[in-house]
Amino acid sequence: MTVESIFPRLEALLPKVQKPIQYVGGELNSTVKDWDSADVRWALMYPDAYEVGLPNQGVAILYEILNELPATLAERTYAVWPDLEALMRAEGIPQFTVDAHRPVRAFDVLGLSFSTELGYTNMLNALDLAGIPLLAVDRGDDDPIVLAGGHAAFNPEPIADFLDAAVLGDGEQIAIAISEVIREWKGEGSPGGRDELLMRLAESGGVYVPKFYDVDYHPDGRIKRVAPNRSDVPWRVHKHTVMDLDEWPYPKKPLVPLAETVHERFSVEIFRGCTRGCRFCQAGMITRPVRERSITTIGAMVENGIKESGFNEVGLLSLSSADHSEIGEVAKGLADRYEGTNTSLSLPSTRVDAFNIDLANEFSRNGRRSGLTFAPEGGSERMRRVINKMVTEEDLIRTVTTAYSQGWRQVKLYFMCGLPTETDEDVLGIADLAKKVIKAGREITGSRDIRCTVSIGGFVPKPHTPFQWASQADHETVDRRLKALRDSLRGDKNYGRAIGFRYHDGKPSIVEGLLSRGDRRVGAVIRAVWEGGGRFDGWSEHFSYERWMAAAEKSGIDVDWYTVREREENEVLPWDHLDAGLDREWLWQDWQEAVSGTEVEDCRWTPCYDCGVCPTMGTDIQIGPTGKKLLPLTVV
Amino acid sequence: MQRLRVRYAKRGRLRFTSHRDISRAVERAVRRAGIPVAYSAGFSPHPKISYAGAAPTGVASEAEYLEIGVTEPCEPGRIRDDLDGSLPPGLDVLDVVEATVGGLADRLEASEWDVRLPGADWELAETAVAKFLAAEAVEVERLTKKGPRRFDAREAVLRLEVPEGTDRTAAQVPGQSCVILRMVVRHVIPAVRPDDVLTGLRLVADFAPPVPPEVTRLAQGPLDASTGALADPLDLDRDITRGGEAGSAGEHVDG
Repeated sequence: MTVESIFPRLEALLPKVQKPIQYVGGELNSTVKDWDSADVRWALMYPDAYEVGLPNQGVAILYEILNELPATLAERTYAVWPDLEALMRAEGIPQFTVDAHRPVRAFDVLGLSFSTELGYTNMLNALDLAGIPLLAVDRGDDDPIVLAGGHAAFNPEPIADFLDAAVLGDGEQIAIAISEVIREWKGEGSPGGRDELLMRLAESGGVYVPKFYDVDYHPDGRIKRVAPNRSDVPWRVHKHTVMDLDEWPYPKKPLVPLAETVHERFSVEIFRGCTRGCRFCQAGMITRPVRERSITTIGAMVENGIKESGFNEVGLLSLSSADHSEIGEVAKGLADRYEGTNTSLSLPSTRVDAFNIDLANEFSRNGRRSGLTFAPEGGSERMRRVINKMVTEEDLIRTVTTAYSQGWRQVKLYFMCGLPTETDEDVLGIADLAKKVIKAGREITGSRDIRCTVSIGGFVPKPHTPFQWASQADHETVDRRLKALRDSLRGDKNYGRAIGFRYHDGKPSIVEGLLSRGDRRVGAVIRAVWEGGGRFDGWSEHFSYERWMAAAEKSGIDVDWYTVREREENEVLPWDHLDAGLDREWLWQDWQEAVSGTEVEDCRWTPCYDCGVCPTMGTDIQIGPTGKKLLPLTVV
Repeated sequence: MQRLRVRYAKRGRLRFTSHRDISRAVERAVRRAGIPVAYSAGFSPHPKISYAGAAPTGVASEAEYLEIGVTEPCEPGRIRDDLDGSLPPGLDVLDVVEATVGGLADRLEASEWDVRLPGADWELAETAVAKFLAAEAVEVERLTKKGPRRFDAREAVLRLEVPEGTDRTAAQVPGQSCVILRMVVRHVIPAVRPDDVLTGLRLVADFAPPVPPEVTRLAQGPLDASTGALADPLDLDRDITRGGEAGSAGEHVDG
């Protein structure tokens, strides 16, 4: 069966929409395979606009790996903006891939990567546009397996009814394994239909199939238990961990879009995982242990990526890039190699210490020196102990003083508001800190031409973190504290003008909180929001708090119960049957230590504190140094 | 510093690229191809690539022009092949010459356009074109970034015809016949685009095609005032580089 391209019909609509280039595909290094050459066909979706989705590393890596398999093809699809959606509905054009413009419903798998829960309504919209039934139980043998991955998939319960399956953790190896299971099953003539395929996937313990698990509730609404409803389905589903990043040096052929996207650079993950132990950070908890990519592989990937893409910026990604055991050598080696080529290097650096400034100096050797970002996260020493962000005020002042003295004019400071145990004074402490930063900067430079920007994010308690039991601050409290902070900054005659202030109101965090720690009953809210026109909830111009609250009320969901309510130790959490490797008792103990302000050291340099991941998952910390150096290359 | 003048096409689905999209794609292609592009000095250096008269988003073109400054002498034929190989299919390099005298933009006096109107009526198109050409002036309005702007769309149109044959198929509606308009329009300020001419046709004769038109720029260059024909704007550079006399191309080029 050959599947026809919908492009001729789409093309007639493109002159009528904004930024039509995002829908036409044709990116450098994109792949179009013959439909009939493949036994297993994946449509990969990043459920947001093309400009956000295209640079996503997870999708890009899986796209490349799957297309490298001989009998597998993978294409990409993104959320379409409302202007095109309206035209597609009027003309009966289904959700399509941008590579060969094939209808998504024709594929074997629709794989969705969720970096954030705010993409859920976009998933429902894509399913509907594709002509795929929204509920997994309504799907037939002609429908794709709807499969979720990404960090939000560590608690897929709010979208469990819409998913056929979910996978936790690194996608490289499991995507290949799933492809193989599907290929075998199709080769046998698809015995037992869709359910047998899902059983084969579920039996392995590496793929979560929500409908094979039943959830029972207590009369008060808490979960009583989550249990498999078929024999052969394991009680718990485990995350996946790629143990040798040097064996998986992707992307090798980076996608280069024609349309403008949010990140215009070639990115290399220099390590995965983080054991700094920041208690608010879900990414740090669920990606353990730390696995470094070696300096030589990094060097080779950067060289290849620049050559293949023509990008003039390289990003060295990870959760805390300055922590790579050979980051100094990497920075110097790359800066030497690309000196004079107008290739800039960037490091998403968040650690507050002078070493970071040495790195930044190295990276900006032949470029501009504009701003540095640090993330103290909490405004007071007490707050930072609670969240285990081990930065003292002295550290911060010393670091920014060094930065200003070495010619940096602007420092950006990132904080959170609404953290557990937070008081008004903790948040007002942010203003004091910012003023001290400016004061120190003026003293060291003798100039008033320095700035500091304070940027605030709302804290949302996340599953698989010590704060999974915590009460989320209500939006009134967050807004009141932010207003007091703003007044304190703006009202200061001496420093107010040197300090910028960026923040969002607290309402979106409540919706994110509902979706992050929600259970299967929250699915009705997501569906009602989508039916009420909800799309692109990560975009403030499309997000509507009122629509979410109205949908929750209509669905009989008490939002406070899911967000501001503190959980007790023994309450069954909706994601307890999904195993990120973290020992539940350790998480609880870390939560108790948070409340008492006790810090935990990084296990890379101090003894193991038994978070549970390595023994449960059979993994180990993999760090250098390797002692190797980057060889200079002949660069054009 | 050697400067290279490049003629390129924007074809098929890549006609939906905007001017900014193209400039990013060209910068990256130049880097991938290893062309020794010159950079501006200063705080944030940028490659010396300049564009002349880019076709609007959604409009295809066989005749777009840009100029690249390079730090060491390059052979134009090699640059054509390397740059073409590094650009995505649909952005196709057609011609490269070494720049000689004068500015390229000044030579681009007019454009020839091909406008395909799927499902439109041939006779109605004929009538509308005749009425349009007979008019002294046809005032149209277009929404610009500064708000609605009124201007004459008639005077800049040097030639407008409906060639015989309606059996050509527009890419966007397979199988459906379409009316083709051919026009030569002088570059004036404010610019008169093919869609302004279509607006004019609607105003003078109520001629309105049923679906959006498919527009292609076929050529742009120096204008032969007597015949209304367009010459190749790169001919002058080619002639001078060959060491030959400036020749006929020189006649219709002035600075």
